[in-house]
Amino acid sequence: MTGGAPILSRRTGFFFLLPSLGFVSLFILFPFVWVFYLSFTNQTLTGVTAIQSRLVGLANYHRLLDFETWMTSGQFGNALRISAQFVVGSALIGQALLGLAIAWAFYRWRGAFREIVYTLVILAWIIPDVVVAFTWMAFLDRDRGTLNAILQLLRLAPVDWLIQQPVLSIIIFNTWRGTAFSMLLFSSALATIPPSYLESAEVAGASGWQKFRDIILPLIRSHILTDIILITLWTFNTFTPFLITGGGPAFKSELVSIYTFRIAFQFFEFGRGGAIAVAMMLINLVLALTYLTILRRQGVRT
Amino acid sequence: MRLVRLVLARVAFYLFVTLVAAFFALPMLWLVLTPFNPRGTLAAEIPSPATMANFRLVFANAFAMRALLNSAILGIGAMLITTLVATLAAYALSRTDVPGLDFLIYALILFSSVVTGTAAMVPIFLLIFYLGLIDTLLGVILVFTGGLLPTAIFIMRDFVEGIPRSYEESALVSGATPRQMFQDVVAPLVQPGMMVVAIWAFVHVWGAFLIPFILLRSPTSMPASVAIYSFYTEAGTPIITLTSSYALLFALPVLVLYLLVNWRYGFRFFGGIKR
Amino acid sequence: MPTIELALTCRCVEGGVNANMVKWFKTYLAPKFAEKMKAEGKNVTAKLVEFGGSDEALKEQYALDLKVGKGYDVFAFDGFWVPEFVAGGLLKPLDEIAGPEVKQWEGWGHISPGLQQILGYQGKLYGIASGTDVREIFYRKDLFAKAGIAEPWQPKSWAELLDTARKIKKALPDVTPLQLNAGTAMGEATTMQGYFMALLGAGIHMYDFEKGKWIAKSPAIADALNFYKTVYVDEKLGDARLQLLKDGRNQSFARFRDGKIAMLVEGDWFWRSVIATGEWKIPNRNEVVSFAKMPAKEPKKGYKGQDFVTISGGTGFVINPNTKYPKEAWALLSFMFSKEPLMAFQELEPRIRVRDDVPVIGDPVMTEMAKQLLGLTTVRPMLPEYPKISAEAQLLTERVVSGEMTPEKAMEAYAKAVTALVGPDKVIELK
Repeated sequence: MTGGAPILSRRTGFFFLLPSLGFVSLFILFPFVWVFYLSFTNQTLTGVTAIQSRLVGLANYHRLLDFETWMTSGQFGNALRISAQFVVGSALIGQALLGLAIAWAFYRWRGAFREIVYTLVILAWIIPDVVVAFTWMAFLDRDRGTLNAILQLLRLAPVDWLIQQPVLSIIIFNTWRGTAFSMLLFSSALATIPPSYLESAEVAGASGWQKFRDIILPLIRSHILTDIILITLWTFNTFTPFLITGGGPAFKSELVSIYTFRIAFQFFEFGRGGAIAVAMMLINLVLALTYLTILRRQGVRT
Repeated sequence: MRLVRLVLARVAFYLFVTLVAAFFALPMLWLVLTPFNPRGTLAAEIPSPATMANFRLVFANAFAMRALLNSAILGIGAMLITTLVATLAAYALSRTDVPGLDFLIYALILFSSVVTGTAAMVPIFLLIFYLGLIDTLLGVILVFTGGLLPTAIFIMRDFVEGIPRSYEESALVSGATPRQMFQDVVAPLVQPGMMVVAIWAFVHVWGAFLIPFILLRSPTSMPASVAIYSFYTEAGTPIITLTSSYALLFALPVLVLYLLVNWRYGFRFFGGIKR
Repeated sequence: MPTIELALTCRCVEGGVNANMVKWFKTYLAPKFAEKMKAEGKNVTAKLVEFGGSDEALKEQYALDLKVGKGYDVFAFDGFWVPEFVAGGLLKPLDEIAGPEVKQWEGWGHISPGLQQILGYQGKLYGIASGTDVREIFYRKDLFAKAGIAEPWQPKSWAELLDTARKIKKALPDVTPLQLNAGTAMGEATTMQGYFMALLGAGIHMYDFEKGKWIAKSPAIADALNFYKTVYVDEKLGDARLQLLKDGRNQSFARFRDGKIAMLVEGDWFWRSVIATGEWKIPNRNEVVSFAKMPAKEPKKGYKGQDFVTISGGTGFVINPNTKYPKEAWALLSFMFSKEPLMAFQELEPRIRVRDDVPVIGDPVMTEMAKQLLGLTTVRPMLPEYPKISAEAQLLTERVVSGEMTPEKAMEAYAKAVTALVGPDKVIELK
């Protein structure tokens, strides 16, 4: 609040907020509470427990966290491991790093090249999910896909991407899909740095990497943090890889989000699906709280 | 020495840029070429001869066209409600002094990413069912609005904060009600912000798959993101010519919007999610 | 007089999967039904909504539709889904939906009580079955000739079957000798055409009908899994990739059509529909394709001491309890399964019908299949938990075929999962 008496009374403000509060409580908070409740029941969509569901305590969680089997294919631990690989590979290494690299490469650079690259990256980000899914299935196809055609041009052996390298495939895909956000965020962060900061370093003969490490990085630290936490959350929750691999082969690309979907909407087990959803939300919550804590601490410092 | 380094840096730069451009362009090659190919395969082949026949077939498919209309209704509906409700809320948040609201907004943004994902699909499905909104476009619009609102409010608040308070203060002096103030003073000034939120919401809902897939049950209410699989599955294997043409058609409004925004404003973050 | 339009759906697409169903509906059923209703003074028509996705996707759609009170008036349904859907309150008995005239239908007199129960559960009837089926090995005679294998061919044990596969592999290196379904991607097709065929051949069923318990562990399960291992992992007589791919089943159809698969274990549906019409049609089917019975591991070592094994399922049509027009929906369903319409279908696609007055016509191969195999057949347990056990069985084969686990490890995991699903008092372990 930048000075002055508030323009709206709290009462009026509340009225303006009312529709938002309604939506948020109904479609965000309420589902959250409900899924918590569901996770303690044996509710299903078909079978006897569709009609006579009852509370089963922690049974769903016990099944989820049965540490003897949970790393085998089609189990929660397996999905968690793949999700972790996916987040680290496509969000942290892929999107954030590549986004930063592109933004830095075009720092102080205008013109057609920048326009072309930015347009391509942004297009990959905004075209609909199902469209990119089809596009990537074609791109990665073993026999006729563009990627293998290129490999063959380079005299490399073709790869059966979706079968032999399912996790790598969805990591590359998601890097392609989501780099735009990081690129734009870092680009607008870099735009706030006055060129004079760098000019003095240049006079002192600093290399590009030194400039980046010593001047730029400290200045955009909070942006990096924001970026990382948001793309981590989004990547962890994304469902789009399902449209490409269906989670297979043999559950090798089954992310937690796909696992939830399979249990809830293909096996019709709402209670068990609820337990996975709660686990997912808790992971989200931990990530979110980490973010808020670090941001707050930084807010105090600056 | 310095010159060599400069040249090397240039070369490295162009190499990097070319690789990045190739990485982002190559997967799209198939999407751009195949719709015009009389014999569509999974290979990206230059069509010879190029044809519009695939598009004619798609246009003649009433179900597919209806689905595009449904997508538009969903996108525009969610866009209008989200923009209006978010602007009201952002205004209230910016012009009242309630402590702790910032924190709340952040928390909600983070939560909202969960609600539009698979984790909350079961309760959302049950909720919409009990509300009697299953298989209605309205139900889908409301769910999306709920999920998009926190981020929309967050973006809008930056814009509202950017308006000098002096306008409203003088309006207050001349006896304007809060409603008049919002309508006549604030709304016109935050129009660019509303545009950003509106386009963002539209693009988001237009392309979404999972929520309409679960909540809409009859062919007449399917959006394009679900309908595209009717080309895919006919005869058990995709009819690639039609699928790719429809995919391109489905992506087109988003491409046009992007070009429009880029030309009008330059595509960048308006305040947005930064600190 | 208001017009009533009934909607019917099935996994059937013009020129694609179950194409004859579409043809039958459009050229015969819809016009004749409208005619018949008109004669009774009613304006009722029927339209078909084609569905081209997988069986599992269709089931998912039905469950959600029925739960929210939507869906089409009449729809195709697999018999083994019935218990699960009935227990969940998603389906209602025919007479409860359409009234007492259901009981008076002439057709019941032509369908044996056992076959009436294909779409039944606990003595109540929820729909009418289209027919039943059997499973066997389909092989390419042209490839056999090239590999120098004598015909007619009928292996008498797994060893003989594997020997044939080895011969083909040697003579025709770019042909996949044998494909026995496995993996989760193929869903129930894995359980029925793959796992059951191996398991019954090894001597047991998934379920002990006398004790009313699931067999969680058994040397026979290990035998069946080792058979898979020999085919896919040790000797690569089959292509495991096809079992793991999302659309592997369609691809295996296409490769059989193109002469790239020599032996494929499938249901008679493959003969009368898949390669008879549409996408995977083999124009000279009768010259190049033949069938053999699936042998037991060794003679007399199969289920119930049989030499050969097979299993039957059954699909049909049910009425949506949410239909606005129950009487008309029943009129459509009962008309579909009257003698004349079924005979019209037999002209397009002869198959084993449940009505005793509708024989297989014009297809000696189909007649032969029915004759040789119906006496050997068994069925799945009609229990609500079956689909979940079946999913575990699919996972079981996948783990072996993909090389993730040894047969022993995979069986351990299966036993554990089955026990968790039904409880320890509902499973037995055989030594």
